Formats: sequence, structure tokens, C-alpha cells
Amino acid sequence: MRFVGSSMFIWLAGALGALVLPWHMQQDGVTLRGLFALGAEDAEAASALTQAMAFGRFWFWPVLAALALSLPGALPLGTRARRAGFLVAGGGFGVLAVVLQGLAIGIQGWNWEWATAAFGELDDRQFGMGLGGVVTAVAFLLLLTDGLALRGWFKGDRFVSGSVGVLAASIIVFTAWPVGNVLTQMVTPRGDLSGAEALGARLFDAKIWGLSCTTANVNCGVFWNTLMLAVSSATAATMLGLAFALIVTRTGFRAKKALRLLTVLPIITPPFVIGLGLILIFGRSGVVNQAADAMFGVQLGRWIYGFGGVWLAQVFSFTPTAFLVLIGVVEGISPAMEEASQMLRATRMRTFRAVSLPLMLPGLANAWLIVFVESLADFGNPIVLGGSFGVLSTEIFFAVVGAQQDFGRAAVLAAVMLVVALLAFIGQRAIVGKRSYVSMTGKGDVGLPSPLPNGVRRAAFLIALPWATLTIIVYTMALAGGFVRVWGRDWTPTLSHFQRAFALEWTPAGGILFAGGAWHSLFTTLQLAAIAAPITASIGLLAAWVLTRQRFAGRTALEFALMLTFAVPGTVIGVAYILTYNLPPLEITGTAVILVACFVFRNLPVGVRSGVAAMSQLDKSLDEAAITLRASTFRTLRTVVLPLLKPAIVTALVYSFVRAMTTVSAVIFLVSAEYEMATVFIINRVINGDYGLAIAYCAVLIVLMMATIGLINLAVGRRNLGRRTAAAPAPVGGRA
Amino acid sequence: MSTTKAAEVRLEGVGKRYGNVTAVKPLNLVIEGGTLVTLLGPSGCGKTMLLRMVAGLEQATDGRILIGGRDVTLLSAGERNVSMVFQSYALFPHMSVLDNVAYGLISSGIRKREAHAKAEATLETVGLKGFGARLPSEMSGGQQQRVAVARALVLEPEVLLFDEPLSNLDARLRRSMREEIRALQQRLGVTVIYVTHDQAEALAVSDRIIVMRNAEIAQAGTPSELYAAPDSVFVATFMGEANHVRGTVMALDGDMADVALGPLRIRLPHRGLPAGAADIVIRPEAVRIADAGLPATVARATYMGSQMEYHFATEVGEIFATSPDRTHRRAPGEEIALTFDPEGIMLVRP
Repeated sequence: MRFVGSSMFIWLAGALGALVLPWHMQQDGVTLRGLFALGAEDAEAASALTQAMAFGRFWFWPVLAALALSLPGALPLGTRARRAGFLVAGGGFGVLAVVLQGLAIGIQGWNWEWATAAFGELDDRQFGMGLGGVVTAVAFLLLLTDGLALRGWFKGDRFVSGSVGVLAASIIVFTAWPVGNVLTQMVTPRGDLSGAEALGARLFDAKIWGLSCTTANVNCGVFWNTLMLAVSSATAATMLGLAFALIVTRTGFRAKKALRLLTVLPIITPPFVIGLGLILIFGRSGVVNQAADAMFGVQLGRWIYGFGGVWLAQVFSFTPTAFLVLIGVVEGISPAMEEASQMLRATRMRTFRAVSLPLMLPGLANAWLIVFVESLADFGNPIVLGGSFGVLSTEIFFAVVGAQQDFGRAAVLAAVMLVVALLAFIGQRAIVGKRSYVSMTGKGDVGLPSPLPNGVRRAAFLIALPWATLTIIVYTMALAGGFVRVWGRDWTPTLSHFQRAFALEWTPAGGILFAGGAWHSLFTTLQLAAIAAPITASIGLLAAWVLTRQRFAGRTALEFALMLTFAVPGTVIGVAYILTYNLPPLEITGTAVILVACFVFRNLPVGVRSGVAAMSQLDKSLDEAAITLRASTFRTLRTVVLPLLKPAIVTALVYSFVRAMTTVSAVIFLVSAEYEMATVFIINRVINGDYGLAIAYCAVLIVLMMATIGLINLAVGRRNLGRRTAAAPAPVGGRA
Repeated sequence: MSTTKAAEVRLEGVGKRYGNVTAVKPLNLVIEGGTLVTLLGPSGCGKTMLLRMVAGLEQATDGRILIGGRDVTLLSAGERNVSMVFQSYALFPHMSVLDNVAYGLISSGIRKREAHAKAEATLETVGLKGFGARLPSEMSGGQQQRVAVARALVLEPEVLLFDEPLSNLDARLRRSMREEIRALQQRLGVTVIYVTHDQAEALAVSDRIIVMRNAEIAQAGTPSELYAAPDSVFVATFMGEANHVRGTVMALDGDMADVALGPLRIRLPHRGLPAGAADIVIRPEAVRIADAGLPATVARATYMGSQMEYHFATEVGEIFATSPDRTHRRAPGEEIALTFDPEGIMLVRP
């Protein structure tokens, strides 16, 4: 039986992790020589076994005991029930032992006061978990899920039980735990305030909830700022998006295809290009201000830095998102409904008002909420244009990196943001859940969509076309800024910005020297995005497969947890990660691991959504047929499901790659000198006022990403990129 | 292809619940080796769920499933020696016919060359020699059906499962395919469990039929038992056409009962029913027009080519009847009397 061998293999991996590999993280990585030295002198370089035996680190004994306990289950001896018992007991105990020892003992001995009280002061300490620890923990987890499968859980399918185990564990480790940490951080005592008092002081801070702007000419609390901004951005973007969607789907407008291109923009644009464009137009040395000054002697001032500017930038940034969502909504309305209305002698206007619009309403609400959440989580625009107008995401950033270094305050702000995001998310789920009456049958609807009534058509053109023109101007300006010496003062065309960023020099030896300042961050970004993309795609598709194809106790809970992680704004994740991962047991701050983890869990929705959409078009009996034909679940996935899912895989890969390159909100907290990301590099140039270089870099990123998407499009055909959102889920929402 | 092992399938208290919803109530069932047993019932009666539990695609929440004496309750589908033909065929669209048929063999660890040879041979038994290189989409519905059967057969399973295999075919093809399936089953002597909602199909192919209703077994028996002696109104009306009328059991006498149906007195086996009001079912072909009996008026008469169809109004309700006599037609409004062929009238539970 295959079953036996695999459990044994997992057990051996666990044994390798606990007995041979160094348990803790090694400064210089794990080397063969280090392995053979077996940490003879240095406890930190030793395996769990050596540490327990030679260095008296008693807290590894339970781990080793669990390993021994699970051995009879991994061996092909005895009945199924007996083996299952050993596996469940050993694996479960092992997971518990690893987690507890990791949490209990940190860099200053016991982490818990009651443990000190009970066992006395510990004269030892431990650092973050390394290769050995991780391998052992994963092995214990898989032994546990193997045991559960042997007991008949998950239909006795160990691959499914393992997948669910890994998914659940990664949600816990990379989302639930960090977010929980943020929440507990809110009650850390401050000065002479106790935990509860400190929480009260932070939570009821006038800086968050103040309403003084209604009476005096000062800024309101950041909560109100954020809310106001999100509501007005969402409303404007939804209306614009609807106008665009109506033009594209319901009129004979010639440049439809060009308008559709707009929907690609938010995917390939680094989040602050719009902000830069606006500065170059409306900023103090922007073209409009200069023209006004030159022609009329009027000083327009710096109004762009504040609510107005951020709002404008967000509407520019998010209208394409709303557009994309609403194309699907408008196309989803069955023409038969409208034809029926017309046969019942309704005018076009009445048809639109009484039939089409009500049918679109849930879709409109959905689009509104998507933009609302994007605005809430947006970091790029407020940081570039906000000035003294603070919103939650920027305030969190300044609370962490500013002079204050006030994690308690950051945590409270993050919690407020989290609550708003979750409420919006719940609202969205409720709306989308009810949307079933919008015809999404997948069958071709017969009939022609009725043309728009004249008034509506005129209004749509009047709103959309000027806006489209403006969008083009903003992008053009933004990119033109990279080719002049100093915008507003010295208009000499130049390539010097590109040169500073991407200069190449020849070394005397004949090699190429990447001398430009941007090369390092560009390579890092490409490299990490390339590492993260396949991981994101595989975890996402695996999750999609488990959720759509398997039924097991706790499936709804897993789905809900996964969806919740999508709702957590990037800034919150960023704060949560640095709070959680700069201390043992997982001390990965400053490494590439934390960035990759961040990319993976921030972009997971892309993989899950494209997987779910593709999977729901695949007849479920195909997998079942393979299973009854004695294919293992893994073989079924590999030979039947994956080949039929190719387009979805490509979509997931491309989008997770591209989004990893454009994200900033979470990443800005996690970069280090060694691992600097392109977006963070750019934002630092912007903050220093070095717009030229920032723009040059943005231009290069945009071209790079357009090339990526274009190549992939060529390679797989148009099937899964763009078009209907129902059929092809472009990643909507959750950016920033 | 003659080495197929026929195994007995034994269900002991097997049931399926989801929270408060019961998909299949715990039931006992023995399917003898080498027989073709049909699970018949309206949609939602639990028949497909029962089949999927035997397949291992669903986990039973109660009871044990034994195949060939081996307890397979906790085994996954791949670990049980069963194969299944799906309603949608579930042929892998990206693989050739030969690869589809060889798929299960290769999964079982057989070398590719050997697997392909065996797959070719099996394709031949279902009459598809030389079609191996095609894609499923390049074949007709009936051919796809055969590929699905070949793919299941090639593994020489102990039990072969069919989930409404003919529902995607047109009426004529359905008839010839069901005969082919029956012939193949008898030739190979394999145990087959066959799910359908079509009673004609069930009558045509089965050794035994299990009629299911509301997540439990309504009645099990051979086709003729079920047609001639249904236990309940449901089974009677589901297994072919039947009139349901109410009468009275006047007296019991040994195995027989004196039954009053309006003014008509008839003797029927009482089948354990007590005296008093009773449910009676009458097959349309058992209705005879006679000089004396149950008074009736012809309400409608329809010429159907091979037979006549009548609706009679009587004091016990409307009675539907068929008659092969097309020359002496009865006209609507005509007053006549009815008697019933004892083979086609029976007392049943409500």
C-alpha cells in the first residue's frame, strides 16, 4: 500500500529535522560542514536532539518524545486503527510541543511570567526557529493529518487532509496569529497607564474620532478623514465606472476596445503614478499652476496636497476597477428581460429605470464596496498627496516609522481599519450572495441588449469621455516627467533620470556593472516576485480545489477564514508582520522570507478566485472518474485537473507576479537594506522630491509589466484575461 | 476480459446524514455476486448517494459496507475494487480515447505498453476497435458511452457502478445501449449496481430492482414481483401506470380477502392488510369491459395506434384503461360496466 510508505517518508523527514538539522535559524544558512559539525560547540547550531542531550535544553524532550510516539504509526505494522492512533497522538502532541516550546522560551528566557513563577528563572534562551524546527513542525502536522485520514476523516484521503492541514496552518501562522498580535498590542501598558487604561486612551483618542473640523478650520480625526475619502471616492468611481461600462456594452461607440484597455491600467500601474501625474499638473510647479501664474498672475497654491488631491488620485486609480466589475454586471443582465419590458410597451427610458437599473443595483453596490475597501487600504496616493491630511493607512505608517515608534497607537489604528474593512467585506458578501437573480446561467442568452435611452447615453458620454481624456493626460504627464531635467523650472529634455537609475558600465574585466541606483531594488523585486508567484498560484489553486471539490467538516470555517484574510488591509498586515516576526519563534524580519510570505498571502485571492472560477466550469465527475480509476488524489490533480486548468494557472501566475511588483502598503514595513523593493525605492525618491528618477523607474516598471502581460496574452490567447468577470476573474480589489 | 471477479456487496445499516438532513436512512441490503441490481426512484430519493457511498466517493455516516466480504467503509474510492460509469461519462477531454481507457491501468502501476495493449483489447469488446487515437469530443454520444464503459471494465472490478448512464442519449440509442450493457454484464458475470429513474430501463436490465423513496428502500424484488405485487401505492404508480382507488376489505378468509369496490365484490390476496378501508391499485391493461360489474361511463376515448386509451368515470373515481381492441371502440358518454383481471388488481399499503 502506498499509504504506508508515505507516512514513513514524512516521519523520516521529521526525524531529519529533529535529529540532524540545526533547529534554530543559522546566520549563514545551513551548510554541509555545519551539519557535520553537529553544533558540537555552539548550541545554537545544533539539532534538537543534540541541544537536549548535550546542552540540557530540556524543552526539546517533548518534541523528541512525540517523534518516538508517532513512529509505530508510520511503520507498516498493526491495524489501521492502531496506526491512526499513534499518528494522531504523536503528530498532535508534536505540533503542540513545537509550538509551545517556541512560544514559551524566547530571547530572554521564559516568555510567560507564570512559567517563571512555576519553574523558576530560566538561565537559557533561544532564537528564532530555523530549518530543523520548520521541517519538524511541518512533518508533525502531516503525520497528524495522515492519522486523521487513516481514521476516515476527509473520506480517508491523506492528500486532502494534508492540504487542509497545510492551508489551515498557514492561515493561522501568516494571518490569524499576526492579526491577533496586533489586537493584543493595543492593550500593552504605556508609561504609568495600565493595559486597560492605555487601551482606553489610545482608542478614544481625539486624533482618531475628533469632529472639530465641523466647527473650526482644522482636520478632523483620521477615522472621519478616511471614511469621508472612501465614501466620496467610491461614489465617484462607481458612477464613472458605470458610465464607461454602459458605453462599452450598450452603445455603438467606435473606440470601445480602447476604453477596455483602461481596465488593464490599475493592474500594471505602481500605486503612485497617478499621484505623481497630478503633482506634475496641479502641484506648485505643475503646468496648470505655472500657466495660471504666467497668464493671469494667479497663485493657485498647494490645494492638491490634501483631501482634494487624494480624492482625485483615488478616483483616477479606482475608476478602472469599478469599470471592470461593472462590465460584468451590465453584461450579466439578460437581454430577454429588456426585450420583455419593451414588448410590454415600456419606453426605453422606462425599461432602463424599471428593469435594467434595479437588476444592476446589487452589482453597483458591490462595485462601490470594492472601491470603498481599496480606498480604505490605499497607501500610495495618501502618502504622496496627503500632506497634513492624514488617513488611517498613513497614520499607521507614521506611528511605526516616525519618531513616535508607538506600536500601541499603530495597533489601535490598524484595529479600527480592520473593523471598517471587515464590515465592508461582510456587506459585500451579503450583496454578492443575494445576487443570484442576475442571470449568470452560463448559457448563451438569446436576444439583443436594448440600446440606452438617449438621455442616459448622452450623460454617459458626457461623463466618461472627458474623464478618459483626463486619465490619458495624467498618465502622459506622469511619464513625460521622466524625460525633462526639472519639471516646472528646466524643461530641457534629458535621459539623465534613466541614467541615474539604470546606468550600465563596463568593468575593466569586460563584465557589465549595474551602476544605476535602481538596479538593486529592481532585481530584488523581480526575484522575490518570481519566487512568490508560483507559491501563490499553487496555494491559491490548491485552496480553490479543496474548497470547490471537497466536502469535509470545517470546510465553511476554512473558507470563511480564507475570505477574511483577503479583507485585511495591507497596512494592517504590514504592522502585524513586523510585530510578530521580529521575535522568536519565527524571526524572519529583514529576510526575504517575510517579503515572500507577505506577497503570497496578500495575493492569494487572485489564485483562489481564478481557481474557483475555472474549477466551477470543470465537471466534478472528471475528478471522481479519475479517483474511481485508482488514481491517487495527487495523480488526479496532476493528470486531469491541472492540464484542464492551464489558463487559470497562467492567470494566477501572471497576476500574482505583477501585483507583487506593484504592491506597497504592506511591503513598506518589511523592506530592509538588503531586500529593498522597487515600489519602496520609488516612494522614498518621491518623499525626497526626486520626481524625475521616481517617474523614470515607474515607466520602466509599467513597460516591464505590460510586456509580461502581453507575452502571456500572446502565449495563451485571450481566453482568461479581461472580458467577463464572471468567467475570467481579473483580480479586483485588495490592492494597495 | 473473462477474469472479472464478481463480488457480493453487503450494506449493513448504511446511512448518510448532513447535520439534520438525512440523505439516506440507515438500510440493509445484500447484492449477490454476478447480478445486475438497479436502484430506482425519483430524483432526490437517495439512490445516487447510495451508489456514491458504494463507490467511495461519499463517506457513509452510519453502518458498514462490505465488498466481497471485505470491509471497505473507510477506504477511499481508489482503494476499493470498483469502477464507475458516470452520467456525464466524465471522459478526460484532453486525453485520447486510448489514454482514457488506459488511465486506470497506469494509475494501478501497470506499464504503459501493457496498459495500452489491454485498453485496445477492451475497446474491441465494446465495439470500438481502431478508435483509440481519437479525442472524446470527436465521437458520438453512444461511442462516448462505450468508451466510458470500456474505461470502467478494463480494471476488471469486483463491482461495476452505473450512474444514470443512458440519460444523455436519445430514446432509440438508449434502448440498444441498455441491451448491450445487459448482454455485456451477463457475458462477463460481473456484479453491477445501476442507478436510474426510468422504470422501463430498470425492468429491462435488472435481476433485481430496489425502489427507493424519501431516502429509504420502498420495496426490493425482481422486476416481475415489483410490477405484479407492489407493496405500496408509490411503488405501484412508479413501476408503470396504475389507477389508485379506495375500497373496503369486508372480511378476511385465509390468505384472501373479500373486497368491496363500489357495488363490485372481488376476492384478492389480503397481503397482511386488516379489514376496513383499503387502497387498491389497478393496472390499465387489467381493466375489462363487461356486461356486469362496476358501472362506468366513458369519459374520453383516445386512439393510440397500437391500442385504445379510455378514461372511465366511476363511483370510486376516474379509471384509466388501455385496450388492444381497436375495432370495437367505445364512444364518450356510453354506459358500460368494468371488471378487473385478477393479475392486475391488488391491495396495497397507502
